[in-house]
Amino acid sequence: MSSLEIRQSSLHYQDASSPVFSGLNLHLPANSWTCILGASGCGKTSLLRLLAGLIDPQHQIEGEISCSDGLPLSSRIAYMAQQDLLLPWLSVLDNVCLKAKLSTGKITATQQERARLLLSQLNLSGIENDFPNQLSGGMRQRVALARTLMQETPFVLMDEPFSALDAVNRYKLQELAAEVLKNRTVLFITHDPQEALRLANQLYWFDNNKKLVPIQLPSSNTPRAIDAELGACQQSLLQQMHSQYD
Amino acid sequence: MTNYNHPDKHSRYAHLWRLSVTVLVLLGIWHLIVVIFEMPPFILPPPLLVFEKLLANYSLLFDHALITLSEIVLGLILGICMGLLFALQMLLFKPVRRWLLPVLIASQAIPVFALAPILMLWFGYGMTSKVVMAALIIFFPITTTCFDGLRHTPSGYLDLAQTMGANRWRQLWSIRLPAALPTLASGIRVAVVVAPIGAVVGEWVGSAGGLGYLMLQSNARMQIADMFAALLLLAVFSIALYYLTDFLLKRFIPWHREQASR
Repeated sequence: MSSLEIRQSSLHYQDASSPVFSGLNLHLPANSWTCILGASGCGKTSLLRLLAGLIDPQHQIEGEISCSDGLPLSSRIAYMAQQDLLLPWLSVLDNVCLKAKLSTGKITATQQERARLLLSQLNLSGIENDFPNQLSGGMRQRVALARTLMQETPFVLMDEPFSALDAVNRYKLQELAAEVLKNRTVLFITHDPQEALRLANQLYWFDNNKKLVPIQLPSSNTPRAIDAELGACQQSLLQQMHSQYD
Repeated sequence: MTNYNHPDKHSRYAHLWRLSVTVLVLLGIWHLIVVIFEMPPFILPPPLLVFEKLLANYSLLFDHALITLSEIVLGLILGICMGLLFALQMLLFKPVRRWLLPVLIASQAIPVFALAPILMLWFGYGMTSKVVMAALIIFFPITTTCFDGLRHTPSGYLDLAQTMGANRWRQLWSIRLPAALPTLASGIRVAVVVAPIGAVVGEWVGSAGGLGYLMLQSNARMQIADMFAALLLLAVFSIALYYLTDFLLKRFIPWHREQASR
């Protein structure tokens, strides 16, 4: 498994007066979750899109992104967004197998078998032939998680994937995601301090000066229970963030 | 869990019930106007007389209706294919878009009906000129809705496809085209409503068959009730075609509601 290194990275949108961020350094250790916490509009999504190769090259991009195994990053990442992005015209099974469909044009029986297995791991058995509009929000995001797992990439980029869910579904999906993605190199972006503290192996706060500030984490293993220690961490983190608002 | 795809039967029957009541009331008003204002039958024939003619000339009317209907359907097929092709070209080749889009918009300034005599000259008095006429007037709504739909694919879908390594063609075929279908469907609904206009106008300008031809013939012979019978049949066919299309589009593109909320 490979770690990921971002050195002196900066991003300046073509029509913007100032860069989104500049001189940014970040190390994503292999097989662990790195979380970035930040207010909306701070540029954390831009960083994720940069890694995913989704920033149009007409914008000014600098810096270096490298993997420790020397292989290129593109085509080895899976991307999970706040919206589930399930295609409404495909069945659940076809949505899960979307990568095979889009990269090779067909879905093999083995791939379908694996997709069924993944769905049953996520407690989604029996809905393979349903369409996304027949599912609840929590189920849809679990199908999106299955689709991400099905891509079998070493790197997973997640952009507030659970923020549109209600509290109970969010809690459930955090547990599930931490469980099934524990052997991947994950970059997880959120604006929710509690979510970040539950899931992170490394946690950074993207502050108003566009710098990544490391944050002390509770000692327990992820996914962490919301206990006294996590509560105390959350309290001090909120105070630290609060000092920069207004 | 919500299931959008099956409107319950009760509401469908209620819909039919309301429709038949509306039709009956309209026929009643028509009859009353004839009675109260003592309309002579060569100005406004009473509905019963029209139905009488409809039944008496059933086979003649039906043969001509079939001609008009085939012109409409063929025109729809031709126009939709042309519109799709045009929209795809504009999407895929930027220079083509820059040159074609102004031409397309300018072409709308020409009243298509004014072209009817020219079409008669080029394609003759047969069915071809009417098919081309119908295709021409639906070409614009189809092209613009299709192009709009193809251009406004939800960006999240395209991001996802890109991170999955989909090439341009797969993105077009598997993401852009299906995502454009709900928008295209509204273009097709408009097209189904206006295509009969093209066909009938074509028949008026010069033809040897069809409901439009029949109406002109009856008018010339002062057989106004026959004219109304043809008109009634045309309306029924057009409405039936619209509902059939609407039903098929809803059946095969059931995701239109969902995407509208994005």
